[in-house]
Amino acid sequence: MTHWITALCFLALLITGAEIVVSHPRFYWGETGNSGTTALFKIPIPSSRATVPSGYNYVLPDQNGWSRALHFQAAWLVVFTGLLYAAWGLCTGHFRRNVFPAPGDRTPGAFLRVIANHLRFQQPDASEAHSYNVLQRTAYLAVIFVLFPLVIWTGLALSPGFNAAFPAGVNLLGGRQSARTLHFFVSVALVLFLIVHVVMIFLAGFWSRVRPMITGIVSTPQERP
Amino acid sequence: MSNISRRKFLTAGLAATAGVAGAAALAGHYQLLPPDWRGPYGPGETLTYAAQRLLTRHSNAREFPRSMISKVPFANELAPPNDNFKRLQAGGFTDWRLTVDGMVSHPTSFSVADLKALPRHSQITEVVCEEGWSYVAEWIGTPLYEVLNAVGFLPQARYAAYFSIEPDWWESVDMADALHPQTLVTYAMNDSDLPVPFGGPLRLRVPRQLGYKSVKFITRLTVTDSMKKFGKGLGSSSPEAGYAWYAGI
Repeated sequence: MTHWITALCFLALLITGAEIVVSHPRFYWGETGNSGTTALFKIPIPSSRATVPSGYNYVLPDQNGWSRALHFQAAWLVVFTGLLYAAWGLCTGHFRRNVFPAPGDRTPGAFLRVIANHLRFQQPDASEAHSYNVLQRTAYLAVIFVLFPLVIWTGLALSPGFNAAFPAGVNLLGGRQSARTLHFFVSVALVLFLIVHVVMIFLAGFWSRVRPMITGIVSTPQERP
Repeated sequence: MSNISRRKFLTAGLAATAGVAGAAALAGHYQLLPPDWRGPYGPGETLTYAAQRLLTRHSNAREFPRSMISKVPFANELAPPNDNFKRLQAGGFTDWRLTVDGMVSHPTSFSVADLKALPRHSQITEVVCEEGWSYVAEWIGTPLYEVLNAVGFLPQARYAAYFSIEPDWWESVDMADALHPQTLVTYAMNDSDLPVPFGGPLRLRVPRQLGYKSVKFITRLTVTDSMKKFGKGLGSSSPEAGYAWYAGI
C-alpha cells in the first residue's frame, strides 16, 4: 500500500519537478545565480520564461502554478507515507530481515555472484520470489535511507521560510543554488533507480512480481522449461 | 491489504472526511488557514502554511555579508509602465503616495520623503524567485511595522494587503509577516534610490517569502480582518493566476 502511494506521489513530483525546471533550465553552484550570471550547466530545452536565454526563439506556456502546488502536496503525502513505512519497517523487523543484506551476503563474493547472475540474464530462482537478493537490498537501502532523505533535505533547503527557521539546512549544502542543483541530481538518481527497478520487474516476469505486490499472495511459477 | 471490505473502506473514507473537516476547523481556529485553502491543492497549501507558521513565526531570513551582494542582480521582466507611472516618474516621484487605510486609527498618505523620515533599516537578503534563480542585495527602507504603528492598526487586524500602481498586481501577508522586523517598505537598494526595474520608488520586501510577494511600485496598503472582499477572495492576485497565496516555500 505505501509502495503504491509512493509510486503515485513520485510520478507527480517528477512531472511537476520537470515543469518547474522548464521555467529556469539553468543550474548554478553557491548561494546565488540568475540569467545574468554564469551557469554551472544548462539543459538544452526551451524555457517557459522569456527572460531565460535558452537559445530557442519561442517560450513555452507557464505551468508553474499548478506544478508547484501539486509538487508540495505530493511531497507532504509521500513524507507522511514514508514515515508510516519507516515506523512499520522498524517495528515489524522488515528492514532488518528483508532490506539489510542477510548476514551471509555481506561479502564481495555475494555481490559478484548476484552481478554475474544478472549479466547472464539468468532468471531468478523460486526462493527469490519471496525475498530480495543482496544487490536489490543494497539498492533499496540506498533509496530508502540515503536518496529519499537527501531529496527531502535539498527540497526543504529551497524554502525561504524553512531556511529562515533552520539556516544550517541550506548553508551546509553550500547555499541556495547548490541545494537546487543537488535536488536535481538526487532526483535524477531516483529516476535511474526507477528505470532499473521497472526493467527488472519486466525481466523477472511482470505479473508474477506485481500480482503479489497488489494482493500479497505469491504463486510459485510452475511453467519452467 | 488484500481483503479490505467495503464496510472498512467506507468507514475509512468517512473518517478521512471527518478528519479533514476537523483539521480545517482546528486550523481556522488557530489562524492557520490560508485564504486560498479551498480547492484541490488546499490541503498542501494549508499544511505548508500551518507548519511554517508554527515553526517559523519569529525566525529571520538569512542576512549576508556585504561581500556577498550580487554584482549582477536580476530585475525580471516587467510590462511597460502605465501612464500614471510615467507621469509620476517625470516628476521625480515627488507626488508618489503610499496610502495606508483600512483597520487603522489614522488613515494616512505617505510620500517617499515621509517614509524616509521614519526609522531607517537596511538588510542584505536574497531575492528568491519561484522559477529558481536568486540574487543578494542590500535593501533600505522603513520596516512596515513602523508604518503600521504610525497609523495605529486595530487589534482585530489579520492581514495587510498591498497594491501596485499596475492594475491586477496585489498581494497580502498575515500580521506575522506584516509586523516582522524584516518586512520592509523599501525605497533604496545597494547604493542608490530603488531603481525602477527593481520596483522603485517603493517596493514591499517580504524576504521570508518568494519574490512574487515583494510587489513593485506600491501605492496602497490596507489593513483588514478578512481577505474575502478583495478580488476573488483568495488573498491576492497570485492564487487567481494559479499560484499559492503563501509563498514561504
